Amino acid sequence: MMLANSLYLNFAIPVIGACLIALLHQHRRAFELVFIGTAAVLLWNTLRLFDLGQAAYFTNISPFSLIDSIPLAFHLEPLGLLFSGIASSLFLVTTLYAIGYMNANNEKHLARFYFCFCIAIFAVMGIAFAANLLTLFIFYEILSFSTYPLVTHKGNEAARNGGRAYLGLLLSTSIGFFLIAILWVWGSTSELDFVRDGFLQEQMPKEALIVLYTLFAFGVGKAGLMPFHRWLPSAMVAPTPVSALLHAVAVVKAGVFCVLKITVYVFGIDLLSSSGASTLIIWVATATMLLASLVALTQDNLKARLAYSTVSQLSYIVLGAALATASSIAGASMHMATHAVGKITLFFCAGAIYTAAKKTKVSELDGLAKAMPITFIAYTIAALSIIGLPPMAGSWSKWFLLDGALQAEYFWVAIAFIISTLLNMAYLLPVVARGFFAPAKDNISGIQEAPWMCLLPLSITAVSCFVLFFLLQELHLFLQPLFN
Amino acid sequence: MLSGLYNYWIAILLMAIGFYIVIAHNNLFTKMIGLNIFQTSVFILFISMGKVDGGTAPILSDAYTVYSNPLPHVLILTAIVVSVATTAVGLALIVNINRRYKTLDEHEIEQQELDQE
Amino acid sequence: MTHHLAILQVVLPLIAAPICSLINHGKACWLFATTVAWLVFAMSLTLFLDVQTGGSIRYEIGGWQPPWGIEYHIDALAAFVLLLVSAMAAITLSAFQRSIAIEIPKHKQGLFYTAFLLCLTGLLGIVATADAFNIFVFLEISSLSAYALIALGRDRRALTASFEYLIMGTIGATFILIGIGLLYMQTGTLNIADLQARIPEISHLHSVHAAFAFFTIGIFLKLALFPLHHWLPGAYAYAPSAVSTFLAATATKVALYLLYRVFYTVFGFEFSFEVLQLHYILMPLSILAIVISSLNAIFQQDVKKMLAYSSLGQIGYMTLGISLLSDVGLVASILHLFNHAFIKGALFMTMACFLFRTPSMRLDDLNGAGRTMPWVGMAFVLGGLGLIGIPLTSGFISKWFLVSAVIEQGHWWLVAIIVFSSLLALIYVWRVVEHLFFREPSAALVANKQPIGALLPFTWIVLLSTLYFGINSDFPVQAAKAAAKVLQ
Repeated sequence: MMLANSLYLNFAIPVIGACLIALLHQHRRAFELVFIGTAAVLLWNTLRLFDLGQAAYFTNISPFSLIDSIPLAFHLEPLGLLFSGIASSLFLVTTLYAIGYMNANNEKHLARFYFCFCIAIFAVMGIAFAANLLTLFIFYEILSFSTYPLVTHKGNEAARNGGRAYLGLLLSTSIGFFLIAILWVWGSTSELDFVRDGFLQEQMPKEALIVLYTLFAFGVGKAGLMPFHRWLPSAMVAPTPVSALLHAVAVVKAGVFCVLKITVYVFGIDLLSSSGASTLIIWVATATMLLASLVALTQDNLKARLAYSTVSQLSYIVLGAALATASSIAGASMHMATHAVGKITLFFCAGAIYTAAKKTKVSELDGLAKAMPITFIAYTIAALSIIGLPPMAGSWSKWFLLDGALQAEYFWVAIAFIISTLLNMAYLLPVVARGFFAPAKDNISGIQEAPWMCLLPLSITAVSCFVLFFLLQELHLFLQPLFN
Repeated sequence: MLSGLYNYWIAILLMAIGFYIVIAHNNLFTKMIGLNIFQTSVFILFISMGKVDGGTAPILSDAYTVYSNPLPHVLILTAIVVSVATTAVGLALIVNINRRYKTLDEHEIEQQELDQE
Repeated sequence: MTHHLAILQVVLPLIAAPICSLINHGKACWLFATTVAWLVFAMSLTLFLDVQTGGSIRYEIGGWQPPWGIEYHIDALAAFVLLLVSAMAAITLSAFQRSIAIEIPKHKQGLFYTAFLLCLTGLLGIVATADAFNIFVFLEISSLSAYALIALGRDRRALTASFEYLIMGTIGATFILIGIGLLYMQTGTLNIADLQARIPEISHLHSVHAAFAFFTIGIFLKLALFPLHHWLPGAYAYAPSAVSTFLAATATKVALYLLYRVFYTVFGFEFSFEVLQLHYILMPLSILAIVISSLNAIFQQDVKKMLAYSSLGQIGYMTLGISLLSDVGLVASILHLFNHAFIKGALFMTMACFLFRTPSMRLDDLNGAGRTMPWVGMAFVLGGLGLIGIPLTSGFISKWFLVSAVIEQGHWWLVAIIVFSSLLALIYVWRVVEHLFFREPSAALVANKQPIGALLPFTWIVLLSTLYFGINSDFPVQAAKAAAKVLQ
């Protein structure tokens, strides 16, 4: 009872927040406060869910049945809790940033923006706690549609075209591959529930398993595997708070979370490693990782560069899932957390630079660090975390991923990880170098740091990159139930 | 084969003629006529198959023992009413079409509609 | 009293129609017709609940025993379709009062409601009756009144659309009449149950095969299955809004009901699908219907025409479910019959709402209409999501069953086609959404503040019902399963 109530509360809070924002849409200060309040309450409740402990894991809670015998069902388990924790904590930080950014840039239609944001977070919670494939799919689609108005917020032609690519790719993959894979599983096994150690067993022949896993991996278009990654750069037409939370954290993390969850609870780690069903995806993910990094190198627009960096980093997580060893899965899960914190900082910084200096290109950032020291220091910390240098959090997750690749005896994947790390340095560090060491090209005397509502969040997340380094041991322990 | 089944052959012939007129002729009014012929052929089919050799109308009398089947007649009475109603609606439409398009030729109407697009 | 409900619900609108023409005053006729429609809905609901608990209902007209007398038979499938038709009639009449008052010339409004009631009579009669010729009679009643209703549209193209529908519809009905005649010749009966019993022993005769062929073509014409669909886009696009809504939700669905009856009950599964192998014709035509109609829909400039082409594609899904020859396929088909009626009804109602303020239904005239009329715009988006088959809409549930049925048969190429058509649906729905929300509204549109009245809440009621059935699909799924069981 306690479990069900706490869990439903996590869904109710963002929805109530959204409704309040809609009711108060004429009063800006009021709905901005509601927005922050919703995030705070959500974080508090999510932490309560953590407190419920291991005993609460894997108990299905189902309010009603959806189709025939398939219920809408939710449960708690380590991956979902981790994802919801990341999402809710970064949501709080983003509310501050969003309010600061949208006001500083005089954006319109704020109530609609915050409303859709809350609905998107509601969808994220639904994905995090889904107990069967159908529930997961439903909330996955809700997320796609609730983020569409956010991506196309500006309402101009560029936004419309970006929205087309976004929705077109995400829906094509979800209807074309994801849904078909779910129906295939349903048709063969009459089961859709997520089960410890997976439920596919050896019922299906090996070739079928390979195709099925590939369908799932491509079907979850939000995980950004090439060639279905194009929606990510297209979604950069959105205002930066959207890019930051949703496309560095919520939407893309929902994607890789789905891949992880399907890997662990539908296929099962043992089945995957013994049948080699994920071989094709290992290739695809490795290729995406390297290609996306290479493309990132060519992008002068900072947000575009970060977008391709995200595509590359997501493939780390997909690789970790596909390699199917205890270390790689642990590394992938940790990378969800470390990349989220790191990437959101980078996007916050990009938005702060745009807000304060109206600059969007890497080539324009020369010498800017003198005018915006805090922003650039935060960027540096986050960049180091993404690159994977200790004592930043990203180093732990990269270590586990590397270890996982070696354990699975995919040596060339391990080499690819290393090459990618070098590429990360090549596309992330120029900003640092230019900002601190290059002489300023234009007159930067008038430029100050972005408003405090933007500066505070990015400082918090930058510091978290550092602090998380010390918490990852606990995170690893937390994830142990996945493997026993 | 031909002599005993001549009613079916006539019905089929009329059906084909009526159907052909509907398809091939451009004038809307002619199409209605074709439709009528088509429907009439079906009536003939029904009624003619109800006839029993040597049968009369169902008159209750000792003199008559063999009756032609009255049911098809009943059905076709209804069907004739339907056909009349259809013709009435069709003609009403034709009058209105003529008023609005100033022509009853199918191709000219199509052309006017394309121009209207 | 309740014993007579089966016939009463057909007779009530039949008698009400001439009374309505005598009343001959716009608003009074509306009140009268709407009351009748809700009474009919109440009767259908009672019948549905009776059939659910007590099994099918047989009613002999005038006390004459079948097979000599005419019999009405309400089984699970008939009750389901009756409920659907009467619900849509009641909702349409309630919602469209202002729309009809604006679109139809004053002196014709009384006749409009008369024709509407007659159309309702015809549709209900087709579903309720168990006599083959009775089906023909009611079919023609509903068709003739439909021709008249469509011709009342303001655009002169409504007249030619109605005429084309008249020609093709009459040919279809006459083919059905020929089929009935040939069967009568061979079996001597018109009662469906009796036909069902007698056909197996004579199923080798050529005339029975010919009868089957005539029925098939006639029903395909009424169903607007590709390639006999040409009348439908014009008829739906140019008819008055109330008529488009009602016909889109009911006319083809009743024709589909007729298909079920003729193929499964009269001729039987073995004859239709094992001897004559109809599915070899039905499946390719369904696929063509789905793909070609969806492609056509993408290129339409008039949104009502686009919705009409979309309907053609959705009908293809329903017949595809039949052609799979499995239980799940049949359930999927019946389920989609129900779900699509409400989704399309809601979408046409949405367009009617727009028509209060926009000059026409062309895409360019709808620019920015989503911004000036946000509730209507949202309604269109949600209805469109139902067409695409997004989860939480009833369209998703039907798609789930349909694709499950296809996967069960192992036709992976067919899965690809269904997915492709869903993506086509995404394109043609999103085209409209972009015009509604991403373009600047014209000055005239912004200035036009004409109230929409009762139509908007009713649109949302129908829309919310599609969302409700998308979340809690128990009622339609169980009813569809019960209906499928009756047919097996």
